[in-house]
Amino acid sequence: MEGIQIDLLFRIAGIGIFISVLNIVLKQAEKQEQAQMLTLVGVVIVLLMVLQLINELFQTMRTIFNLY
Amino acid sequence: MEIVQVVGLGLLAMVLAVILREFRPELAIQVSIVAGVVMILLVINYVVNVVQVVTEISVDAGMNIVYLQSLLRIVGIAYLAEFGAQVCRDAGEGSIAAKIDFAAKVIILVIAIPIVLAVIESIMQLIP
Repeated sequence: MEGIQIDLLFRIAGIGIFISVLNIVLKQAEKQEQAQMLTLVGVVIVLLMVLQLINELFQTMRTIFNLY
Repeated sequence: MEIVQVVGLGLLAMVLAVILREFRPELAIQVSIVAGVVMILLVINYVVNVVQVVTEISVDAGMNIVYLQSLLRIVGIAYLAEFGAQVCRDAGEGSIAAKIDFAAKVIILVIAIPIVLAVIESIMQLIP
């Protein structure tokens, strides 16, 4: 259980650094709109990954404290 | 020894969030969310044991199990609401955090009403 989720942290940080590098390249190439789109897509991808983890947290809390 | 893992994870997430905050503040927030969730999932198994022990003790004491269940539900709601509010406050959205706190208070109040009613009923029986 522990090993799976810590690499999510690294994955998010990696995506962040990757996107900022690509952003700089796109800005240099005078493609501001595509840089903006790239930022949006990166946030959405990371959000999808984070949502799965949050779902797991909610399920765990629900079974332990028998919420709803 | 979960404490070593929790502290290591916290330091790691802190370094990553500080690096990311310069370039991508929105991803730094996500890193802190993931760190918080993973830490909670690491230590939640101990809470399971505590809940089991408390349930056994209250069953032995002949307590009504419904009250214990609503108590546990209140604790869970408080944990979840605190987590969400802290994340919002970290991201600089203090007003959303205040609304989460408010909603949690309302829900806890609704769950606590049967207990309050039971207390009032037993007091009314004492008064002739």
